[in-house]
Amino acid sequence: MTDNLNDKKTGSESAVQINRIIPVSTVDGPGARTAVFVQGCNLACEFCHNPETQRLIDEENLENSGVRRMTADRVFDEIRPNIPFIRGITASGGECGLYPEFLTALFTIAGEAGLSTLMDSNGSIDLSIFTDLMEVTDGVMLDVKAWDPHVYKRLTGKEKNSALVNNLRYLAAKGKLEEIRLVCQEEWVDIEASLKGIVKTIPDEYPRIRLKLIAFRNHGVSGKMKNSRTPSADQMKAYEKSARSLGFEEIVLR
Amino acid sequence: MFNKDNAYEVLTSKVLTHEQKLMQLAKASENALEVLDVSDRMKTYFENGSIHDLYEGSAPYRPRYIMPDYGKFIKEGSEFLKVDPPKDFDELIFALMTIYRHTPSITNFPVYLGDLDQLIEPYITDLSDEEVIKKLTLFFNYLDRTITDSFSHANIGPKESRAGFLILEAEKELQNAVPNFTIKYDPDITSDAFMTKAIETSLACSNPAICNHQANANLYKGKYGISSCYNILPVEGGAYTLTRLTLTKLAEVAGNVEEFMNELLPEVVELTGEYMAQRIRFMVEKSGFFESSFLVKEGFISSDRFVGMFGVTGLAEAVNTLLNDQDLQYGRDQEADDLASDILDRVKELVESLEAPYSPMTEGKYVLHAQVGVDTDEGITSGVRIPVGDEPEDFIGHLHHSARYHHYFPAGVGDIFPIATHIDANPDSLLDVVKGAMNVGVHYMSFYAADADLVRITGYLVKRSEMEKFQKDEAVLQNTTHFGAPSYKVNKLAERKVRMTD
Repeated sequence: MTDNLNDKKTGSESAVQINRIIPVSTVDGPGARTAVFVQGCNLACEFCHNPETQRLIDEENLENSGVRRMTADRVFDEIRPNIPFIRGITASGGECGLYPEFLTALFTIAGEAGLSTLMDSNGSIDLSIFTDLMEVTDGVMLDVKAWDPHVYKRLTGKEKNSALVNNLRYLAAKGKLEEIRLVCQEEWVDIEASLKGIVKTIPDEYPRIRLKLIAFRNHGVSGKMKNSRTPSADQMKAYEKSARSLGFEEIVLR
Repeated sequence: MFNKDNAYEVLTSKVLTHEQKLMQLAKASENALEVLDVSDRMKTYFENGSIHDLYEGSAPYRPRYIMPDYGKFIKEGSEFLKVDPPKDFDELIFALMTIYRHTPSITNFPVYLGDLDQLIEPYITDLSDEEVIKKLTLFFNYLDRTITDSFSHANIGPKESRAGFLILEAEKELQNAVPNFTIKYDPDITSDAFMTKAIETSLACSNPAICNHQANANLYKGKYGISSCYNILPVEGGAYTLTRLTLTKLAEVAGNVEEFMNELLPEVVELTGEYMAQRIRFMVEKSGFFESSFLVKEGFISSDRFVGMFGVTGLAEAVNTLLNDQDLQYGRDQEADDLASDILDRVKELVESLEAPYSPMTEGKYVLHAQVGVDTDEGITSGVRIPVGDEPEDFIGHLHHSARYHHYFPAGVGDIFPIATHIDANPDSLLDVVKGAMNVGVHYMSFYAADADLVRITGYLVKRSEMEKFQKDEAVLQNTTHFGAPSYKVNKLAERKVRMTD
């Protein structure tokens, strides 16, 4: 992991590493969307199902990796033919919040083409400081990894900072919190505490924000959780029930 | 020629139902007549498989597809049937059941059931949703159990209506193979809510299919409808006949592209046209259909609204055969797709030069139709579809490919896509893709969930569970199971590329 992930050079004129572009994704927000997966993440979650996107690829290995360095313009050249078939694009990763200038450029072009723009973010980067990006972002799907700092550290490999709480508050206030996501696995995630934490952080807005409870699956997982159990359908129903009793109104199980 | 052995085999079959035997025996006796003058040149092309009469029989005595104006029937009733204009929903269903029973076609069953939502809408205002659904369920089950052939088609849309929603709701619960439904879809007219409901229904029970309304609304003077396997035809009329040109077989006897385009195609198209003209003439001049049918006398159909359908199939393998030495493939390689366009341009030009008798609707021309296949086809992919296994990786690329070839076939063409089941959580994503497909010029498409029991074979629906029974030599209700089972196997339909997987 390098420290220059937040390098300001990643603007419209310079390129970022793109892991892949899925032309028609059905699972990255409402409707059909082209999903752009950037390479590089500041966390290393044990349940990550595409851990190959976590580390940047060394320049000399780029050619054989399938990962491409692309400018926003070039990424959009690949999105353009999909336009009549999609309602928007979603930036995912990796952590797309690491590339605010690239994203601002990409979302500006997409918005001009009539597409909606969503970010899929791990919540650990304070998005409120990227005002230009937030201007052209229609919504953020925010991953609340875990709530207790110890649980968070064990799961993500990083200290919990204040960004998650800031992001929840900032995005909810701006009407740009598209969805709150929580991957559920009882041994690794403090689900109840996370739900309560969300309620306490955005007490006015949380009932109407879509909560997506995702059952952990070990597909693609290479970390310590690769042999962890998938919660049963009943278990997921129980999580849904407690979320509902806390006042969440729109709950999606996946 | 009367084939005694075949007739005996049918008559003593332990697999066919009584009704199936009856119809096959009728066909055998029709085929004992020789009223058409099939020349030696025609015979050559019939024998090498380039021309196929689609089992229409050797003495045509009714049009292949009949599309009565049921709206007129409902308004005026029928003197012949002794049915008065219905006053309530029960009477409407009774009236429709009665006229369907007396509407023939090539299959002997009604292939077109009308714009059901529009027919029903005025009659349900006083009924609750539950009452309507209960009556519709009985009606649909009656159709499924008595029209024992999947080539029967009801239409809904493009406008949303309460009746439209309730039809979809009732259909969703039933898992019936009959009738087929098609929704006429126009994003400018059809609401997103209605279309999403239609898509959700198609993922639950493989119906309805989707017809691009904008592309078809002005095709014929007056109304159009969808019958049988995606035949887009004038309502109050239909199609006299459908004969098909199997490009695959023609390519097999061609020495090269030049011979195919400039010698074989012109000859076979001309002979097919002549053959179709003979069928139409016999039907109109000799068969007595248009003189005897109450449908004609009471104005529910009119002979000047019938057309002749010129069928084309097996484009993919024709192209692949012609380009065999260069190892180029239809659906994968630009050059192969370009040759496919050249072939269809040529076919179109040649068919337009033919004269279709008794066809004022189309100014004396035949209408092109991408024929979906017959049960004995092997190595012949339906119409202009891409063979299973050769489909492009990405769905959008596939849809662009469809759009490139659909416009050649005003009288019907379509593609079938199995859809990943997880889409249930986000049906809007499929709505978006459908809008895109209409936008780029896809004329007709249909879906089924990748794990559904009801599978679309070439155009009609068959249950996997029924095919399994049939393969164990058990009698099955629907005769289309007889066609579906071999086609499903031979054409490797289980391996169709599943879409919307990401």
